[in-house]
Amino acid sequence: MVTGAALVDPTRAERAWAVLATVLDPEVPALSVRDLGIVRDVIEHDDGLEIVLTPTYSGCPATEVIAQDCLAAIAAAGLGAARVTLRRAPAWTTDWISDEGRRKLRDYGIAPPGPVEPGAGVAMRIVRRRAAPALACPRCGSVQTEQLSAFGSTACKSLYRCTACREPFEHFKPI
Amino acid sequence: MTASIQIHHDPATQYLLRLGDTCLILGQRLGEWCGHAPVLEEDIALANIALDLVGQARALLTHAGRSGGFDEDQLAFLREERDYLNPTLVELPRGDFAFTVLRNLMVSTWLKLIWAALAESNDTELAAIAGKAIKEARYHQQHSADWLVRLGDGTAESKRRCDIALSALWRYAAELFDDDAVDAAAHATGLGPAWSSLHAQWRAEMAEVLAEATLAAPEDSVFRSTGKRGVHSEHMGRLLAEMQHLQRSFPGGAW
Repeated sequence: MVTGAALVDPTRAERAWAVLATVLDPEVPALSVRDLGIVRDVIEHDDGLEIVLTPTYSGCPATEVIAQDCLAAIAAAGLGAARVTLRRAPAWTTDWISDEGRRKLRDYGIAPPGPVEPGAGVAMRIVRRRAAPALACPRCGSVQTEQLSAFGSTACKSLYRCTACREPFEHFKPI
Repeated sequence: MTASIQIHHDPATQYLLRLGDTCLILGQRLGEWCGHAPVLEEDIALANIALDLVGQARALLTHAGRSGGFDEDQLAFLREERDYLNPTLVELPRGDFAFTVLRNLMVSTWLKLIWAALAESNDTELAAIAGKAIKEARYHQQHSADWLVRLGDGTAESKRRCDIALSALWRYAAELFDDDAVDAAAHATGLGPAWSSLHAQWRAEMAEVLAEATLAAPEDSVFRSTGKRGVHSEHMGRLLAEMQHLQRSFPGGAW
């Protein structure tokens, strides 16, 4: 019996994309590497798959682990030879975190980053700078929050507390 | 004992090493604060800033070593003191917290400006490194500026310490803006800006923070440090002895 749409087997690259959606960031394990937006491309070559990653921070210690985890997942899925290449430009930005990723961050107790202002930091705003937009507490939703520390447990986060529910929480810094 | 490597002294390599070594050596100095900062938040902040700087150094040293066949580790750990080309400012001992905050502000303001210019480099790899690093430098500058204002416009003791730090550090800034043949070549080839071209903007940004911190910059001095030409202060040898020890004693050792 003929149905409306022909079933097409997914290509190796399409299967790789699906596999990469299950590879978690080692430092923020609520997110997959795809949610984070660091997988920029998957290219099929004659001699195997090329996975193109863009690192988050220059000194992020997780970069090498992420590359290994991606390759291990591709191998476990039986997708054959694969390699990882790093692409530095354009630089990673938190704007590449998916909507799904932002929802997962909030559910995990981390306030997701707001949009990166165009040209942020180009104009000098060292002192008397505009107050940062109020950040909503990921637990109770209150915007009665304040920064405790500009740096947190990993390079990509800062530390806040909510004065309504009195819980501390982390914020994914917009860069 | 592993033999030292001999670097190429062509202008482009020197230009890249001056920048890469600035990140590497300041990263090493900031790492010394781990477990020693006045409060836990700043301990974490200084270690995070060091991490960014070492990451930037890795990218720059990898790039600088390519033409000579050296990797980042060989360049970081197997050079003689005279072949490190960082300005002297970043190798000075870490001092107290005011000293560290002021130096971080001076260097991150400078780095922010040079990364912005290097994002337009005709060396695409260098431009890509800069495009990432400028976001980090902005955050470091903001953090250091916030702290300098808090300390300078703080208690009599915190202000006194800022004044001491200013009188110790300010004279070392001149080296960040003195041009030589390396700058001329970088400017001519489109690799990057002559360092002197950053001076006016650096002064303006520093002046804004110092004013808010109720601090005054000392008079300019005729003193010139010479680290970027490989002639370092007496502090550099000890820093390198500690930094190089593992790779010299256990060649190729890895985690």
